[in-house]
Order: sequence, then C-alpha cells, then structure tokens
Amino acid sequence: MTVENDMMGGRSATTAPAAIELRGISKAFGPVQANRNINLSVPKGSIHGIIGENGAGKSTLMSILYGFYKPDSGQVLVNGQPITIADSQTAIRAGIGMVFQHFKLVQNFTVLENIILGVEDGALLRPSLSKARGVLKKLAAEYQLNVDPDEVIENLSVGHQQRVEILKALYRQADILILDEPTGVLTPAEADHLFRILEGLRDEGKTIILITHKLREIMDITDNVSVMRRGEMVASVKTSETSPEHLAELMVGRKVLLNVEKTPAAPAAPVLEVRNLTMTDDEGVQRLRGIDLDIRAGEILGIAGVSGNGQTMLLEILGGYPPKGSKLGGEIRMNGQPLPIGGRGCDAAQRRRAGIGHIPEDRQVEGLIMDFAAWENVAFGWQDAPEFTKGMLMDNAAIKADAEAKMERFDVRPRNPNLAARNFSGGNQQKIVVAREIERNPDLLLIGQPTRGVDIGAIEFIHKQIVALRDAGKAILLVSVELDEILALSDRIAVMFDGRIMGERLPENTTTGELGLLMAGVTDTEHTPDDAGIPPGSAHVDTLPQEPV
Amino acid sequence: MDKMPKWADVILTPLISLVLAMAISALVILAIGESPVMAMKTMVEGALGSSYGWGFTLYYATNFIFTGLAVMVAYHASLFNIGGEGQAAMGGLGVALVLLYLPLPHWAIALPVAMIGAAAFGAAWAFIPAYLQAKRGSHIVITTIMFNFIAAAALNYVLVNKLRPVGSMDPASARFPEATHIPALTDLAAGLGMTWGKNTPVNITFLVAIAACALVWLLIWRTKLGYEIRVLGKSEPGAVYAGISPVKITVIAMLISGGLAGLMAINNVMGESERLVLNAVEGAGFIGIAVALMGRNHPFGILLAALLFGFLYQGGGELALWTSIPRELIVVIQALVILFTGALDNMVRMPLERLFLSMRRTKGGAK
Repeated sequence: MTVENDMMGGRSATTAPAAIELRGISKAFGPVQANRNINLSVPKGSIHGIIGENGAGKSTLMSILYGFYKPDSGQVLVNGQPITIADSQTAIRAGIGMVFQHFKLVQNFTVLENIILGVEDGALLRPSLSKARGVLKKLAAEYQLNVDPDEVIENLSVGHQQRVEILKALYRQADILILDEPTGVLTPAEADHLFRILEGLRDEGKTIILITHKLREIMDITDNVSVMRRGEMVASVKTSETSPEHLAELMVGRKVLLNVEKTPAAPAAPVLEVRNLTMTDDEGVQRLRGIDLDIRAGEILGIAGVSGNGQTMLLEILGGYPPKGSKLGGEIRMNGQPLPIGGRGCDAAQRRRAGIGHIPEDRQVEGLIMDFAAWENVAFGWQDAPEFTKGMLMDNAAIKADAEAKMERFDVRPRNPNLAARNFSGGNQQKIVVAREIERNPDLLLIGQPTRGVDIGAIEFIHKQIVALRDAGKAILLVSVELDEILALSDRIAVMFDGRIMGERLPENTTTGELGLLMAGVTDTEHTPDDAGIPPGSAHVDTLPQEPV
Repeated sequence: MDKMPKWADVILTPLISLVLAMAISALVILAIGESPVMAMKTMVEGALGSSYGWGFTLYYATNFIFTGLAVMVAYHASLFNIGGEGQAAMGGLGVALVLLYLPLPHWAIALPVAMIGAAAFGAAWAFIPAYLQAKRGSHIVITTIMFNFIAAAALNYVLVNKLRPVGSMDPASARFPEATHIPALTDLAAGLGMTWGKNTPVNITFLVAIAACALVWLLIWRTKLGYEIRVLGKSEPGAVYAGISPVKITVIAMLISGGLAGLMAINNVMGESERLVLNAVEGAGFIGIAVALMGRNHPFGILLAALLFGFLYQGGGELALWTSIPRELIVVIQALVILFTGALDNMVRMPLERLFLSMRRTKGGAK
C-alpha cells in the first residue's frame, strides 16, 4: 500500500503553522486509487495552485478537504490543528470555503438571499438580510467585489455570479478559499478581474487554493504550485522557480509540445461560403447578425469568442440543425452548391451526405451516447452508412471491426469497444468522436471545443489529427473558447461577439490582448495601437460600450 | 466502475424483491388468521400443479407479454406509454370488426388478418398521443392515460349501440364465425396425441407472443430503426446531431408500441371469448408496465415476468376459490409484487450494490 513519495517541495517548516496541511491522504473508489499518500502544505496568506490532468485526483482531494469524501487514511491539519472533516458544515466552521466550477446558486433569488441561504439567524429573514447587506458593502469595498445585492442571480453575468459565490464563502468567514477551475466560464477580462480580487484577498491574509489546468493562470497568479499526476502529488514548487514547460512535463510525465507544429497553410478553392447568415431565436432575439465566412480547402479557420456569442448556433446551423423555432436568413454554399438552411430536407444527415463532418461542442450530450458501447458510438450519426448496414439490419460485426481499427489508430484507452462511452476518460471519449468524424474524410470538418475537459496528452494528439486533416486538403472550422488553442491551430482567426464577426486576424500578427478586446466587443477604432499588447482587463469590459452600429 | 456484476443486477435484484413481497404478503395472510404456507401451496398447485393450471397461467402470461413488450418499445425511446389498456381495447375492436365483417374461410387466414386489424387499431389509438407529443409537446403520460378512458367509453358505445346483436341484452358483439376460431393449445396437444390443458383458454397466440419477443429483440438491438429508437431514448440532442428526426422516431416507436398492445386482442378476444365483450382487457395494459419494469425492458425478462404475473393471476384466482382468503387480498399480494419489483426496485438494488462494492474492496485490499 505504501508508495514512496519523496517529491514534496523542499520548503522547510516555517514558524507559523500552515493554513492547510495534508499528511499521507489516500482515497480509493473501488479499484481506482484516486489519491495516493498525498502530502501538501499550503502556507497562510498565499495563493497555491494545484494543477494536473483530468482524473489526476485534484477534485477528489478538494472534496476531501470540503468534507464530501472521507479519506481512507491520512490526516488533515487546519492552522496546525488536526481535524476530521466529516461534512461541509465542519469545513465551513474550520474556515474553509469552496467556489465550485458549477455555481450552486438559486437562480431566481436575489444576491442577498443567496448569501444568507443556510446561515439565516432565526425564522425571520429581515434581520439577517440587513446584516448581510452591511457585511456585503464592507466586503465589496475591501476586495473589489461589487455586486448589486438586490439583483436576481439569473440577470447577472457569469463573472458576477462567481463573485456571489466568493462572497458567500467570505460571508461564512472563510479564511481558506478553494476555487475549482474558476476561469473556465470567464472572459479574459473577467478572469483578470478575478485574479485581482484573489490577490486582494491574499494580501488581507486569506489563503487561496486554485485548481486549474491552465498553465498560464498558474504562472500569473500563484505563489506556489503543486502538480498531481495519476492520484499522486508529484511536485510542489515555488512558482517563481518553475516554467510552464516544466509544469506541463510534470503533469503528463513527459515532454509535451505546447505549440502545434505545422507548416504554413496552402489554401485552395473555397469549400464553405457563408453569406449574411442571420438567426432569430424563438424568443425573437437576434442571435446571429449577418455572418460572412469563407473557408478554403487546406486551411483552418478559428473562431474565437466568449461562449454564448453565437458560435454554438453557427455550428448548429452549419451542422444542419438550427435551434427549434428559430428564423433564419442568408446563404450557405458548400463546394459551390447551395445548402438548405432550416426547413424540410435540412438535417444533420443531409449535411453528412454533403461532405460535412462535425465534432460537436458537447460530446456528452451530442457527440456520444454515453450509455452505448464504444463500438455503437462509432456508427453514431453514420448509422445510414452502407458499410454499417445490411438492409434494415445493422451490420454489428462490421461496426465492431471498424471500431477496433479506429480505437487502435487513435490510441483510445482502454482498447475495449464493448465498454460504455461513459466509462472512458474525457480525453478518450473525445478521441472516439474525433476518430469517427475525421476518418470519414469530410470535405469540411466543423469542430466545437475539441479539447474541453481533455488532458494534455490527448490534446496534443487531437491537435495533430486536425492539422493532418488540413494538410490533406480539407477545410476546417474550429470554434474554441481557449485562445491558446485558437492561436496554435488556426491559419486565420475570426472573432465573434454578439452574433457578429468582429474582425479577422492572422495568428502571427495578433496577440491574446488584441483578440481579448475583440472578444469583448471592442473594435479597432476604439483603442490605440499601444493598447494591443496589454492585458484586456484594462479596457473595463465590465461597463462595455454598446456595440457599434 | 461502480457496478455490480450483471447477473446480480438482472436476476438477484428481482428475486430478492420478490422474496420481500412474498414475506410481507405472508405477514398479511397471518394477520387475517390464515396460513401462509397453505396459501402458497394453493397458489402453486392451482397455477402450476396441473396442465389445467398451466393453461390459465400461460393464457394470462400471453396477455402480459404483449402489453409488456408495448411498454418496453416505447420505453427505449424514453416514452412512457401507459395507454396499453386503451390500445389493447381498441385492438379488440379491430379484431371484432375484421372477423365479423370480412368473409374469412379458415382460421389460418383469419389469424394474420385479425393480427393486422388488432395491430392497426392499437397503433392508431397510440398515434394521436404520439403525434401530440412529437409535434406539440403534450406529455405522453397524460394523453395516453386519458385515451384509456376515451377508449373505454368508445367501446361501451360501440358495443351497446352498434355491435350488439338485435334482441341481445348483453353489451357484447355477436360470436365470431366458427371458421375463424383459432386452435387452443389443447387442440395442438391432441394433434400430437397428448391430452394437455383441457378446457383452458391458452391458444396459439402464446406461440405468437414468443415470436413477438424474438422480433422485438431483433428490432431494438439489431435493426437501424431500433438503433435510432435507442439513440432518441438516451439523448434527444444526440439524435438531432446524428440526423435522426425525433418527431419521426417518436411516432414510429409509439405506433409499434400501440400495435403490440393491440395484438393482445388476438389472445383474449379472438382466442378466448370469441366475441368482443365489455372490459375485455381486464387491467392487462397496466400489468404490462410492471412486467416491463420487472423484465428490465428486455424481451426475455418480459417473458419471465409475464409468466410470474400469469402465475399470480391464476394462483390468486385459485386462492379465492379454495380458501377463505378474500379476493381483495389477492389484489394486495399482486400489488405488493408490483410495488417491490417495480417501484421499490432501488430499495433492493442500492444495498446490494454497496455489498458487492465492499466485497470487491476487501478482495482488492487482501492483495
């Protein structure tokens, strides 16, 4: 059972006890060892990053800290005192607060009502509400955490909802704040603001644990960083003494290329032409406001943008299934032939016949049937393909053989076609989808968030496959909220904001700063050239100018 | 990963549920001062102890197989069709109309024609809720249950005002022509030189039901249509992504489901009563839900579950006949079985799962 772990950081114990100290924590779920002999020490008043691939055990470890799981062995010390965290109430009493990746807010309650939820003093709400109002005012001033206390949650932006979560924790007098992937849903500007809040909290003596898989965030904001790999804590180092490349290597256990190696594109004839595409949803809100796009054979067009600015609808319309009840306008041509937009004869099957492959944004809801075996998922969407059918029957033997071959070529692990899709890790699930769509050799491949929730090893592999398809002379439309991914893969970048293409850039001639501004709806005319290099946070995106007419 | 072995899931769980239901039934019987052992003996002997008992058990089971399969097909498209009762009643009307008004010289011709009539009427009755669900989003549970009442009322009207022979006081149709009577299993046994199941209603529809089990299995797990039904059942956005029309598949799945429920009429209307009577379905449509649940929505499981419920029906009848246990108590026993195997399935499953997990862990820890 005992596995040697001598990778702890070399910091000698300081006089002040650590805010959190874990000694030899182990936790197993059935045969899976999620955490193995974890040692961790988080000094008071520091920002501590925890980084690792999906399934490395980060979330399990934090759930132990917050009382969701009981460790099989090991000890937790908070401020030097040994403590048994049996449930989240104990954790809160010990001063630990948690901000989850998926917010736990009541959507139709106000900010104030959410703050006092569960800590009301007595049966009447009014006293606790007014008390909370006072505390909130103080916190807002202290940490730049301003939120309108009387606004209903569903009217708040995602960034503001996150602030409410942080305020909830602070209201419960948390000294130690755990944030699980906090920037996944934020714009660069919002993320920037969040980091300033976190720094403010640290300077006030709070301790912050930041779980993320984004190396840049770790480098930007943390004081110390711990790396987890396959349930073990493989390193704890000072951030100033490490580099992204080194951390990435520690995470996957070998050297990875963060930059995709690719030759310059050789674009040929246009494959997809989109002209003045408009879409109004069933509530009468215009979601696409005249999209014009050209994608040529042999190039990757990247679409950058904060999620929710029309990218999803664009993909769905191109994929043949516009949202229910929407009104559509404009023109789409594929290899010169007009494609139907909505209405009869327009569905995903028609698009596949026209030579369009589609890796959807959400593999768990659209891309895979999670309860189906891997081999059944290989025929998913292609259930009409002649090689998969024998008359009215499915040719299960042929599908299985094809699945085995694809899993082999795309290194899907475990290589068991009979395993249900839900039992594969995120990266391997995505590999199944990618293998299915790419191996069909489509003229145009639509890709949405290809590496969301995918570990670095698989990201690298998937990126290589995408570039290989481009080099084979295919057109690729890549939608991603990860700017790094857009920059690394695209031959051209179009930025979407509020249903519009804000502009096109070449990846070699732009910066994340400039793209960030475009993503926030700030066009060229509104900033001077020297703005381009600095972080987008300075554009005060919180009070966005109305989009230009 | 956190799963128990399949055999435990499929066999052990319903078995334990069944034992629990029996145990509580035994307590109830004790409480009214009767002997549970005697009761059990009466039931087993009455339902399984003779070819006569078996004849009735299999007859009831045939009904439940059809209604169970109907629930199952809809379930795989994630539609909860609880309109089996009405669809089977309408199937009966289809059988009656075909047999009364078409000149059919021999049962071998009458059977397939009546099957088409039964399935078509059952499917048509399922079509309206299906269409409303697919196009308008009216919830299928609400519409199918309402259609049960409409079917009952409509049949009442038709039997009293249209199909009742002149001069008859009985709200039932005329007898079907002699030539269309399908053979009972007794006749088949006699053909093989055996005496089996004298005076029992079980007929060759039982064999049709077994064939239907095989065909439904083929449909759901081997055909493209079955694949599309299962995709829709698991994820509607997934179906849309895959180019499968939810409207089309919803309607088709419900048509098949309604058709299967309608086919039950071959057994009770054509095979047994040989005329259409009021309330011919006798709740078999609802039993089908429990049968499908207990059979884990698999044709083989449905076959077994239908046999169990056939046993309960026949055994329960015997109990009322030979003991002083009141008829109502038999309904209680049947309800307990439904409660434990259907509704309280998780009550048994969860502890069992934990047990298997901890067993696995101690095994893993010993290494």
